[in-house]
Amino acid sequence: MITAATLAALATACAVGSWRLTTARWTSRAPRVAIILWQSLGVTWGLAGTGAMLAYAVQPYGVGVLPGLIAFADGRAPREPWDVLHVLAMIAGLTALAVLVAVLLTAGTQVLRARRRHRMLLALISHDDPVVPGVRVLDHPGAAAYCVPGLRSQVVVSEGALRLLSEDEMAAVLAHEAAHVRERHDLVLLPFAALRRALPWSKVVRDAQTQVELLVEMAADDRARRYCCPRRLATALLRFGTAGAMPAPQGMLGVHAQSLMARVDRLVKPAPELPMRLRYGVLALSVTLVTSVPFLWVYQL
Amino acid sequence: MKGLGELERSIMDILWAQREALTAREVGRLIADRDLAPTTVMTVLDRLTRKGFLQRTRDGRAWRYEPAATRDAYVAELMLEALDMTGDRSAALTRFAQAVSGPEAEILRRALTELEDE
Repeated sequence: MITAATLAALATACAVGSWRLTTARWTSRAPRVAIILWQSLGVTWGLAGTGAMLAYAVQPYGVGVLPGLIAFADGRAPREPWDVLHVLAMIAGLTALAVLVAVLLTAGTQVLRARRRHRMLLALISHDDPVVPGVRVLDHPGAAAYCVPGLRSQVVVSEGALRLLSEDEMAAVLAHEAAHVRERHDLVLLPFAALRRALPWSKVVRDAQTQVELLVEMAADDRARRYCCPRRLATALLRFGTAGAMPAPQGMLGVHAQSLMARVDRLVKPAPELPMRLRYGVLALSVTLVTSVPFLWVYQL
Repeated sequence: MKGLGELERSIMDILWAQREALTAREVGRLIADRDLAPTTVMTVLDRLTRKGFLQRTRDGRAWRYEPAATRDAYVAELMLEALDMTGDRSAALTRFAQAVSGPEAEILRRALTELEDE
């Protein structure tokens, strides 16, 4: 019972923590640390939430979650007889776990399929340009610069973007995209996009996805500014933002403008970095969260 | 010999440039690389058909091939994804920045002028 209660408390704490983190201000001063905290909150929330139900469900066996589930799968008889509540908890817990895993797998395959088609099309219709070596160029007047992540990531810009930006600005954009490629930011984004699809009505999940998307861009900006002039990156951002090649779908405008201005502001007037002890504090919290759950799954308190 | 990817590309370019569907033999005649074996052309045409980029129709004993969509349609498809306008907000691509319109674009435009003036 104590295990189930602890796991439930942990899941609640993660939910409340995520909700607080969506409005936290310090995140833009340490995007990488904030991304790690988001990831650990997500993993802990998922495993603690399902674990709490399952810990209660396997209580008749008198062992931890994982040993209890193995015993259940083996068809062993529990020490105490099953009752309705424990059976219901078992059904709910297993369903929730299956849904989480299935959603992640489906999102993963969909993303891989979309990328494969995108890459095939790029191979057929994009071309090289001596101005931007190693980058695929797309014949379109609209402004776009992006990266197709994968084992062999590709950076793509449109003709419109080449015309829109100066040489220095383009170099800054490419440094930014190279950072996405190097740090595999797509792998950070995937579980949050998947969770969004699983729980489309949840405001916290939606805000979390928006936050993580912004933090990933900020992390790439931070790396890019080591190789280029931050001011050029800022003007490139603003030029992209005002290019308005295609009308944007309704309802997404506010978020885009806000995150754009947030990125520009911190490029032009960088805030002091988060103090060392705070950063280590957040990292320690993340590690504690992530390690506590497997412990609670295996051992019974 | 050129790589298969390179060949797929030139064959698509040939078919996009034509008004009508072509047979493998006609495609082979239009290809710049004259040493290409006819079977290689057939293989590539077959691959492109399987991937869904070409459609083929029977013409006597041969197949006639034509693009499933125009080049512009594919460019537009890529751009829609690049600008995240397919509406699914998937994590398939990471994008540099997105365009903003209306009064918000005006704020950004002003910020840009300020930055350029400094």
